[in-house]
Amino acid sequence: MKKGFEDEPVPGYPLPLLPGHSSPGRLERTLRAGHFVVTSELAPPDSADPAAVYERASLFDGYVDAINATDGSGAHCHMGSLAVCALLTRLGYALIQQISCRDKNRIAIQGDILGGAAMGVCNMLCLSGDGVQTGDHPEAKPVFDLDCMSLLEIARTMRDEATFQSGRKLDHPPHVFLGAAANPFVAPFDWRPLRLAKKIAAGAQFVQTQYCYDIPRLKEYMSRVRDMGLDEKVFLIIGVGPLASARSAQWIRSNVPGVHIPDSIIKRLEGAENQKAEGLQLCVDLIQEIRDIKGVHGVHVMAYRQEHAVPEIVTRAGVLEGRTPWHPSAYDGDATVQQHMENMQ
Amino acid sequence: MYWLRRWSVRHSRALEATYQLMERCLLGIAPAVSRIGHSRLEKPVAAVEKVVKGALFDCQMCGQCVLSSTGMSCPMNCPKSIRNGPCGGVREGGFCEVKPEMRCVWVEGWQGAANMQNGAQIATVQFAVDHRLKGHSSWLRVMRMKTAELADTADIARTAHSDSSQLIADTSSQLSRKHGTTAGEDRE
Repeated sequence: MKKGFEDEPVPGYPLPLLPGHSSPGRLERTLRAGHFVVTSELAPPDSADPAAVYERASLFDGYVDAINATDGSGAHCHMGSLAVCALLTRLGYALIQQISCRDKNRIAIQGDILGGAAMGVCNMLCLSGDGVQTGDHPEAKPVFDLDCMSLLEIARTMRDEATFQSGRKLDHPPHVFLGAAANPFVAPFDWRPLRLAKKIAAGAQFVQTQYCYDIPRLKEYMSRVRDMGLDEKVFLIIGVGPLASARSAQWIRSNVPGVHIPDSIIKRLEGAENQKAEGLQLCVDLIQEIRDIKGVHGVHVMAYRQEHAVPEIVTRAGVLEGRTPWHPSAYDGDATVQQHMENMQ
Repeated sequence: MYWLRRWSVRHSRALEATYQLMERCLLGIAPAVSRIGHSRLEKPVAAVEKVVKGALFDCQMCGQCVLSSTGMSCPMNCPKSIRNGPCGGVREGGFCEVKPEMRCVWVEGWQGAANMQNGAQIATVQFAVDHRLKGHSSWLRVMRMKTAELADTADIARTAHSDSSQLIADTSSQLSRKHGTTAGEDRE
């Protein structure tokens, strides 16, 4: 059994809640134990077949501490976040349920928080969400009843005070570790650390950032964050990802809002013989540089359409330092359960 | 009007002073307004508010104005209705993710706040809007809330004279609970 997880139950059943922890989840345990964590994101399928979800999750087995289940990312339709969580929590995976304010109002969202927690989701990432104009249904009605801050406040109130936003009592509060997004790489740079402080005040316990391709900019941000003492109050997980080619980097830069890619990165890719391999190497290099920045607690590897490369990136970066995060095949208990899990996967 | 609302942010300090003066006047006429009745005045005051704030800030009449805490840049003009921005989608040069031709409401807001006397209020988390208040007058609401606050303070003062300090503590905690949900959104 992995160190720190000696109390690992039959997959799909909750771990015990440790004293001082908000959630019974492995991500919070790993972060609080002082390890450098790796999270990744699962591209939800355009399919009603659960096998696609199991398959995509198993790519990360043994290399990530938690998997983000995206909620209509980029305002595109896919299988819903809650459904992906439902499928994977019963195999025991550690999920980060993403909740976006774009598609649901506060009534639906609070229901999803309870539902997610009931299924064993221990981490929730509270997002405002991309605008509908970036997606495949630009004619849709954007809801935005809440923004990420109000969502954090609501989720925290549900957990700590066991009430809905209305004040109505919950019978059992959701024991969740609350996360937020941050983007240190776009304007206004001076205010970004202050906005992070606001998110912490609203309830954020961990933060996952947008893709980082600009180390100097991250270092500047982190030095402000440390000066404000925020790295003591929140776990910072920096977003990274492999670029497939110089052309795709150019495309992302001009079409995906919020992603900043400096010219030097594009030049490095252009100059390479094998651009894809160079993109992978770049990602490894970035992770190693990020790991050495004081106050950073992990990396979030978003390998869109290159999910199969995540194990290689994590291994080459060496950030797990010999740790093997829990995964369903690591379960060595009851043979019937093992058989059942193999059938599912 | 886009240019006028940008002008307002550039002159956030002067508008803040103007508003502070106006708030004092509002409190002065509060008893008279109460006599006429808030419900009777709701429509005409809201109509004036819509014209004035509509011109200066592109006000959307959310009914719970927070301009003093957002650098005089109205957050309702954010296409994502973000009340605590800016989001992570800000484009190069500080333009909006959804409307690339428009300056980000929140990039403007933080600049406006930097020029204001009480600009630090932008660091307070603003809770989501109460959609029931849409179209209603913010000024009358502020008048009601401030008057209630003053009455509460007066109550506490009276209690302090007649009772022990324990009672004061009790009353203040009741007061903070009572206003806990509305604190920070009672401006302008």
